Amino acid sequence: MKNTCRTITLMLALFLSSAALAGPSDITVEKPWSRASIGTARPGVAYMVIRNDGATPVTLAALQTEVAGMAQIHQTSTNEQGVSSMAPVGDIVIQPGAFVALAPGGLHAMLMNLQQPLVEGDSFSLVLVFEDGEVSIDVPVLGIAARGPEE
Amino acid sequence: MTRRQYVLFALLIGVVAPALLLAVGWWQVDGPGAKPKTAPLPLAISEMDFSLSDHEGNPVGPATLIGRPSMVFFGFTFCPDICPTTLADISGWLNLLGADADSMNTVFITVDPARDTAAAMAEYVSYFHPAIRGWTGPDAEIAKAAADFRVKFERVPTEGNGYTMNHTASVFLFDATGRFVSTIDYHEPREVAVPKIRRAFGQQNEVQG
Repeated sequence: MKNTCRTITLMLALFLSSAALAGPSDITVEKPWSRASIGTARPGVAYMVIRNDGATPVTLAALQTEVAGMAQIHQTSTNEQGVSSMAPVGDIVIQPGAFVALAPGGLHAMLMNLQQPLVEGDSFSLVLVFEDGEVSIDVPVLGIAARGPEE
Repeated sequence: MTRRQYVLFALLIGVVAPALLLAVGWWQVDGPGAKPKTAPLPLAISEMDFSLSDHEGNPVGPATLIGRPSMVFFGFTFCPDICPTTLADISGWLNLLGADADSMNTVFITVDPARDTAAAMAEYVSYFHPAIRGWTGPDAEIAKAAADFRVKFERVPTEGNGYTMNHTASVFLFDATGRFVSTIDYHEPREVAVPKIRRAFGQQNEVQG
């Protein structure tokens, strides 16, 4: 009985510690890509899939990159009349085992006030700032007419 | 039935039931239960009236679109997400159409003429299928064109003195006489889009397609 109790306590402790540790180490970023820009006047964009393999929700609070004065997650939405609009979405919570897809026509990383042109074939560093840590990724720049990393 | 019961029953039939019907009717027609109103259809091109210039500075208008099937959509080049994606989709459709791509008009009309000058449009469309023409012009003419196509657009301020444009993102198809044929909505797969474009060419091409 005493042993069982100890085992349960140990398991609980392990579970709690792993839950507490859920953070950037449990986050996987897949298929990042960006579009080449024409100069620096127009905003740039980046797409990716962010997966949370941890046991607790994670919150994506901000984006940082040297290529843009300001980077934010925006969402394009199209209403039933076919009118498209775009707005910042604020914090994004990713539940355990879930993922968030940043893809054309939906969520995207909006890179405002570009500091340098995004050149096809180059890549740039983008930092995803979560509430409890950061994940840095390398984003390859595809052509302006690219539809995704597969094509 | 007592007198009191009778009065209650009459009230129920005469007052409560009609009120309930009215409430249900309001809910379904104007209230939260209303069906989403779909976008109105564009005019026939022959009924349109506007004067713009293409990205090479040539004067263009509705008459430019008569004589060949046309694919027309509205956007702006400072749009990072939906416009390049739509242009990339259209380029893909035009590649699938092969030689037919050169037998139709494919036109991108800006809703942001302040930033999308002819030169800006020329540089932008050069990255996509060569058949795509970029049209711009004075605010008043853009507004007339948008009204004729039943396109809505609106300037929306963003952080840091910038602005973005909300706009109708559908692609409109017309036959060679300028009659409206159909709309291709954002994210319709090419398996749906390309046959719709072929339909704008009329019967003879449908057989080939």
